Amino acid sequence: MTESSKSEEQSALALEGIDKRFGTTRALVSASLRVRTGTVHALLGENGAGKSTLMRIAYGMERPDAGTILVHGATARLDSPASAIARGVGMVHQHFTLVPVMTVAENVALGGHGMLDLQQTISGLRELSERTGFALDPEARVELLSVSAQQRVEIAKALMRRARLLVLDEPTAVLPPSESAALLRWLRSFADQGNTVVLITHKLGEALSISDDVTVLRHGRTVLAASAANTTAESLTRAMLGSAAGDERVGGPPERRLGAQDPPNASIIRAERVTLVDATGVVRIRSASFVVGAGEIVGIAGVEGSGQRELLRAVAGRLPLAFGRLDRPSSVGFVPEDRHRDAVLLDRSLVENVALRDAGTRRGRIEWSAVGTHTESLMRAFDVRASGPLAPMRTVSGGNQQKLVLARELAIEDAELARAIVVENPTRGLDVRAAAQIHDRLRAARDAGAAVVLYSSDIDEVLLLANRVLVLYAGTIREAPVDRDTVGRLMLGAEGDVAT
Amino acid sequence: MSLRDEARVRAQAVMRAATRELALATIVVASIGGATALLLVGVGFPVLPGLSALWTGAFGSWYAFTSATLIRSVPLMLTGGAVAVAFRGGVLNIGAEGQLLLGAAAAVAVALAVPAGGKLFPLVIVAALLAAAVAGAMWAGVAAYLRARYHVLEVISTIMLNFIALHVVSYLVRGPLQEPTHVYPQSATIADALHLPHLPAAGRLHAGFALALALAIAAGWMLRNTAAGFRIVAIGESPSAAASAGGIDVRATSARVFLLSGALAGLAGGVEVLGVTFALYENISPGYGYTAIAVALLARLDPWRVVATAVLFGALEAGAGAMQRDAGVPSTLVSVIEAALILAVVVAQAIRARRQASADEPTADT
Repeated sequence: MTESSKSEEQSALALEGIDKRFGTTRALVSASLRVRTGTVHALLGENGAGKSTLMRIAYGMERPDAGTILVHGATARLDSPASAIARGVGMVHQHFTLVPVMTVAENVALGGHGMLDLQQTISGLRELSERTGFALDPEARVELLSVSAQQRVEIAKALMRRARLLVLDEPTAVLPPSESAALLRWLRSFADQGNTVVLITHKLGEALSISDDVTVLRHGRTVLAASAANTTAESLTRAMLGSAAGDERVGGPPERRLGAQDPPNASIIRAERVTLVDATGVVRIRSASFVVGAGEIVGIAGVEGSGQRELLRAVAGRLPLAFGRLDRPSSVGFVPEDRHRDAVLLDRSLVENVALRDAGTRRGRIEWSAVGTHTESLMRAFDVRASGPLAPMRTVSGGNQQKLVLARELAIEDAELARAIVVENPTRGLDVRAAAQIHDRLRAARDAGAAVVLYSSDIDEVLLLANRVLVLYAGTIREAPVDRDTVGRLMLGAEGDVAT
Repeated sequence: MSLRDEARVRAQAVMRAATRELALATIVVASIGGATALLLVGVGFPVLPGLSALWTGAFGSWYAFTSATLIRSVPLMLTGGAVAVAFRGGVLNIGAEGQLLLGAAAAVAVALAVPAGGKLFPLVIVAALLAAAVAGAMWAGVAAYLRARYHVLEVISTIMLNFIALHVVSYLVRGPLQEPTHVYPQSATIADALHLPHLPAAGRLHAGFALALALAIAAGWMLRNTAAGFRIVAIGESPSAAASAGGIDVRATSARVFLLSGALAGLAGGVEVLGVTFALYENISPGYGYTAIAVALLARLDPWRVVATAVLFGALEAGAGAMQRDAGVPSTLVSVIEAALILAVVVAQAIRARRQASADEPTADT
């Protein structure tokens, strides 16, 4: 070893006592992370544990409220990605930051300064491709590349800017298994050449197979920092999920919890070997079979990108099946997670937003006075606070918007309860009170006999409401008992038998 | 709330809205007057004679009002309505000019193809107008297809199609539709019996005005009261929410809006040749299809308000002519006013939109 023991001590990245608040939520509470040079470091945690926030701070995209940052041994004030790049930090985001119509070389050149010398970028990329074994055509248009090739472009972008520390946010979530393995192998060899890799993941297998060290975040705190050799899937799961999670549960279990021993109720939704494909042609759900009965809430749990997005939309009738059979009522209510994008017309009145339901199949005149009366009754029933039914949606608070959406999706034409409803992160962005109201409405819908399919990235919300839980992992579906440990383990792809 | 209270509240709301509209209209007209005066001073023309000619030319007499102002408002009302409906549905149809030109060509072709004489003339007028609407819709359909199939931006394709339409007319009046002596680049004049009838006691104003008025009212009613109209508003506001929450076929709906818009613009061409020019030639439109964008924007994309803004722009065009004739002020000066007006409206809308967006963006959750 040419450089003495000092270099072993030196960290490529050291974050100490990092605090970060978003409004009233504390995303990071005195979090720390120490990444040794020349290693692959896995950063683990549940959805919302603060992994991404911590790494966005390391890349200069967020400023911490408190704490110190050391990059390659030097204290660093990172106020922009440019300052992080200048210190040799590169980041590959989960959602790529590429210009689709530009070539690979043009995308790489985008971050540069001064004169644009595309030829130099192209030859630089060719040289890089040879050195790293990346098969990248610098003159190919990015939109024509596969997802894994686009990811290589992102990595190449970082490397062309001389990154020695590469942070990757869930890099394998978008890749098919064979490509994932290839990427992990490459990251390993990259680190072996003296560089450093931080891998944000919630897949335990990945963390254990290629990383040297592991850090686990839970609720914004660093709860475990150890060498991978000294950890097991078991100890990591425990660190990620915490011990007894039941004490965090509010409101207690619903009264009508239907176990497997209860008589089966009439099935409203029945899926048989359903396979779903996303917009880019990647298989997201593989041969899933399940049943949702009347009067139950079926919770869906899964880490980001496990296929829940596609599954929910298929059940709601918004995504066609690739294969299989799905029996469902003709009109299923749907509350999508991105309310402003997919559920409401912000500049239209509450009345018009109610009329939006089934607007695609309506004929002839719209009797606005009738819709207005219907809206008023929905507002009364769901306690929607607004200056009136003609108030623009934009002027209504998020919680009240969501209540109106839920009311609309639960009410069908003849003002009876919908037989089935799919809700996706129904309380995202809502305050505690509004969230509790939404929960009450969902329970009431169930008690009135509706089949409710609920997904939340907050596993506690799923456990709080669900009568049964279906866990998604890498496109496969498994039924799990309403039990935090088991569900958490299955979500992370940990092996082990589940007692059902 | 009792029924009487409710009726009172509603009446108050209507009054408030009417007052607001009236105030806005006053501001617009006053600023046009002011801006014209300023420009006249700046360019060095006598202010009072200029303004007076502008006013007299547009509103000086019943004859000026009907036969100069209102007659010019007819194509503006139809194309303005076409643009308003399209923009409301998120379709940026800049091609009303080209659609108008092809509509005019189609109407003339039908009118000239029918041998003179016979009792079928009213039917021929209807057929010619229908042909104009169909031609306009087909021309818009080219851009609609390119948009739906290949994601070609309609702003670009419709502008390009405008140029092509101009050259198509150029060719027609020198080729298949040229008048029999083959001297002038224009079509033969259509038979007197095929002219649109004049409205009673309204000078040269023809029945096309009534048609434009009826269609503007119908378009506004459709957007407000029918499911089809609501679909247009919904996709214009948020295609993603329209598709996800409304189950609306966004592609099909925007294609239909595009065709409807083209039909209205094409009809404007048909009405113009049957009511005013009685023949096809190259400069049949002084840019009605472009002014239509201003007409629609000033009306905040509401076909009912388009009636008012079309009359306003008709008055400006009529007054501009009079100003040039009687006060020697170039009519292009009024184009400057029109352009300034459009800019003011666009900026005001952008400011309002930004204020709304920043006022109530919800706090992010991460």
